[in-house]
Amino acid sequence: MSQSLRETLKETWRFYRKTLRLVLTGSKEYYLWCFLLLSIMIVGFLCYLPQLQKGLITTNMKDQVVWGLYISNFTYLVGVAAAAVLLVVPAYIYQFGPIKEIVVLGELFAASSIIMALLFVIVDLGRVDRFWHMLPWIGKMNFPSSLLAWDVIVLNVYLLLNLIIPIYLLVKTYYGKEPNKKFIVPLILFSIPMAVTIHTVTAFLYNGLPARPFWNASILAPRFLASAFCSGPAIIIIVFQILREYTFIKVEDRALFKIAELMAYAMFLNLFFLISEMFKEYYSNTVHIASLKYLYEGLHGHNLLVPWIWVGTLMNLIAFILFLFPITRQRLSTLNIGCILIIAGVWIEKGPGLVIPGFVPDPLGEIYEYIPNFRELFISFGIWATGFLIFTILMKVAIPIASGEFSHSRYEKEKMS
Amino acid sequence: MTKEEKEALIARLEERYLKKYKKKFRVGIEEAIQNTLWGYGLDLSRCIGCRRCVYACVEENNCSREKPQSQWIRVIRLKKGSLINLEDSEHYYNPELVPEKEFLYIPVQCQQCENPPCVRVCPVHATWKEPDGLVVVDYNWCIGCRYCIAACPYRGRIFNWGEPNVPPEHWNTSVHYLGNRPRMRNVVDKCTFCIQRVRMGRYPACVEVCPTGSRKFGNLLDPNSEIRYVIQNKRTFRLKEDLNTEPKFYYFFEA
Amino acid sequence: MRILINGLILFFILILTYLTSVFSKELIEEFPVPPPPFSEGIYPCSNCHASMDLNPKKRVLKDEHTNIQLHHAETLRWCLDCHYSKNRDKLRLYNGELIDFGRSYLLCGECHGNVFRDWKAGIHGKRQGYFIGGKRTYLLCVHCHDAHSPKFKGIKPEPPPLPPKVKRDVR
Ligand code: HEC
Ligand code: HEC
Ligand code: HEC
Ligand code: HEC
Repeated sequence: MSQSLRETLKETWRFYRKTLRLVLTGSKEYYLWCFLLLSIMIVGFLCYLPQLQKGLITTNMKDQVVWGLYISNFTYLVGVAAAAVLLVVPAYIYQFGPIKEIVVLGELFAASSIIMALLFVIVDLGRVDRFWHMLPWIGKMNFPSSLLAWDVIVLNVYLLLNLIIPIYLLVKTYYGKEPNKKFIVPLILFSIPMAVTIHTVTAFLYNGLPARPFWNASILAPRFLASAFCSGPAIIIIVFQILREYTFIKVEDRALFKIAELMAYAMFLNLFFLISEMFKEYYSNTVHIASLKYLYEGLHGHNLLVPWIWVGTLMNLIAFILFLFPITRQRLSTLNIGCILIIAGVWIEKGPGLVIPGFVPDPLGEIYEYIPNFRELFISFGIWATGFLIFTILMKVAIPIASGEFSHSRYEKEKMS
Repeated sequence: MTKEEKEALIARLEERYLKKYKKKFRVGIEEAIQNTLWGYGLDLSRCIGCRRCVYACVEENNCSREKPQSQWIRVIRLKKGSLINLEDSEHYYNPELVPEKEFLYIPVQCQQCENPPCVRVCPVHATWKEPDGLVVVDYNWCIGCRYCIAACPYRGRIFNWGEPNVPPEHWNTSVHYLGNRPRMRNVVDKCTFCIQRVRMGRYPACVEVCPTGSRKFGNLLDPNSEIRYVIQNKRTFRLKEDLNTEPKFYYFFEA
Repeated sequence: MRILINGLILFFILILTYLTSVFSKELIEEFPVPPPPFSEGIYPCSNCHASMDLNPKKRVLKDEHTNIQLHHAETLRWCLDCHYSKNRDKLRLYNGELIDFGRSYLLCGECHGNVFRDWKAGIHGKRQGYFIGGKRTYLLCVHCHDAHSPKFKGIKPEPPPLPPKVKRDVR
């Protein structure tokens, strides 16, 4: 074995050991946080096992409502993942500060969201053992006919992009080298339309079903994007604040306020689209209004989702007002309230508020009021916890690298002494 | 697949079923008969909503009986005069006697669309339209994503939410690979107009059991078939024609 | 000359018989049917009727067939419009032709022409068995309709499907 190869191998091994140590050591809060997430994950996994064994009969989904909480979460998370990357654009235009760090952070956040989204698809899949049937070349993918096939492709490409870009940047930083702009800038630029694509394709997945008039409205994809531009940045604003509290990454208030302003525009669009849809449905009042009625006012005495959607809409509305006026937008307390309202509000609107009414009433007019059971809830919590844990660990490694604490030159120094 | 491969597959399946269900199955792989396009007719002025078809279908097609209950035919009841609005349908009517004066009964099952939206959306090609127009599922390839169910405007597809459950003495052992062979949990199945029967020249089970003779079946390409007679001599309509799914399932009224 | 006339007559007779045979074939198109749905032990009817005196009066039957209530345009007719008075094992068509019970559809078809036309095509009523490569039989009208009170009787429906119920526990 040549000298240099052995040296590289040794060094790589060293890198992994160091990384592992980084992940495994931390403050008390860090341990507590990870322990909490791990225990939620374990509970979720234990709930998943019987579902795997006995089938989806262990959930509350039925032939009337075939998609439930899992796909709701999936839809929401695709939006979040898209928005996290789209934030790169304003960050660049408005000079939010350490642009490279923001890119890394946004993309790792997107990667974690996509992993969560994919996990939600996997737990929703009846035959996980046949997952490979969906893969191109190995399986038999129905491309380009099936939008689900499209979605699998774009989501995986997007995930790959969001792993390659930050890892490349971090490795370069680790070695103290300048990233090759010719290589990385096109990738970053490419990830921006990809973000729009994943969300559009996911919207089209619902949109292309004439059997479900509730989804078969052209406004669906624009609404998806608009709401994603609210929920994704809302989460990012909170994450930024946590990070600047605990790490060296210093994001200025100015940047947060700017993001909030952009969110106000997005929320305006979102509400405007909602009104357009409401007007069309209620004014024309065709038979296709049934699902919308079920959602907003109840149908034939069934009104399980009504309180939810109104609370969600109200949350969005309040957040819009909070973000519209500079006084409330530029105060951290009201800003954070607004963010939390949006996170929850959009979740209701884009998750259960979008997926479930598509199935109610079913094509033969039957109404089944789906509500997830505890198994579905715990499995969902487990997946959210998994995503958070992945993001935490990624941050635990990425931040020391970005700050220069964890770098190759350090290693060299250690070797010297 | 070549002929030998298919035969080997069938032999394997028959052996597996023998082990699992302690029954000798005959798994057919009959291909579509040349120049056939199956069509179905249903006389709404004679249907009395007795649900005999539902249970004959379950029995013939080895559908799961309970937990999960899986039925390919659903009979809905509407007030006379409100045919268009399926939203007012009643699925669970259970009077002493049928028919009831003021109601109309509409059995719905897979409509074997010429333009099937379910086939279009399947991400893995697990479902397709056969040359004789039957939309079929390969239960061994379906991944259970249920996108096809979301895409179906007729509720023609049913999901096996759990391991299908058929009393041992009730297995119908004369099966077709694309039809009524035993299914597994978490895959989609559906009405195939009894592919195992019609490709042998027999009427579907629901046609044969109907006590009122409301159900008609035949080859759309054969001018002397029952279904062609219906189309030519009766006032027919198809469900949700505006969706351009082109169902091969014709509802009709006595002219 | 005589031979010629005889020959001509013979020729016409031949043609006539041929034509009638073709026509009657047309008339008695065969429809394979399952055996008629008689009550047990009632057929052959002549077991009793051969030795009975004929009473052609319209009346309420008290001794036999008390379960039969005529609700089929009953003001216009009587049993013997359909059942041949001299041989109960046969039905009688309007033109006097006698038919077996296995062809009772001809009787019904006399008044219900449209339905009969549909029936022949397999649309009204139904056919069973093989439509390709096998035997196919027609159900007789009387398999579904009581000839004496033909209105379709209501039946008990099979149970409805199990309605979906939400479970709230983890089991
Ligand atoms: C519209 C013609 C029609 C009239 C009128 C009619 N019948 Fe009949 N009846 C039939 C036919 C056709 C059947 C053969 C039913 C079958 O094939 O099982 C039949 C069958 C019967 C049978 C045998 C039923 C059984 O249980 O198997 C009896 C007895 C009988 N008729 C008696 C009567 C009497 C008595 C009357 C008068 C009150 C009457 N029918 C009037 C057509 C008629
Ligand atoms: C058990 C003996 C018995 C058998 C078998 C029987 N009948 Fe009768 N049938 C009677 C008697 C007795 C009457 C007279 C009843 C009365 O006057 O109250 C009668 C009356 C009738 C009448 C009413 C008209 C009339 O002649 O008085 C008809 C029509 C008739 N039977 C048809 C049938 C037919 C058709 C069958 C065979 C399917 C049949 N019966 C078999 C005993 C029988
Ligand atoms: C001589 C003519 C005649 C013959 C033969 C006849 N029917 Fe009728 N049928 C009528 C008339 C007239 C009505 C309508 C009056 C009524 O409803 O009572 C009727 C009504 C009916 C109805 C509708 C009953 C309702 O209330 O909906 C049915 C079914 C029926 N016939 C069946 C038959 C069958 C089966 C046969 C052969 C066994 C038959 N008919 C033979 C004259 C006939
Ligand atoms: C498979 C069973 C079946 C057979 C066989 C059958 N019918 Fe019917 N028929 C029905 C039913 C069901 C109705 C509708 C009853 C209702 O709506 O209450 C009906 C209705 C009728 C009606 C009244 C309604 C109308 O359409 O005018 C007549 C008349 C009738 N049938 C005559 C006949 C005749 C004649 C035959 C034999 C040539 C025959 N049926 C064979 C089942 C049958």
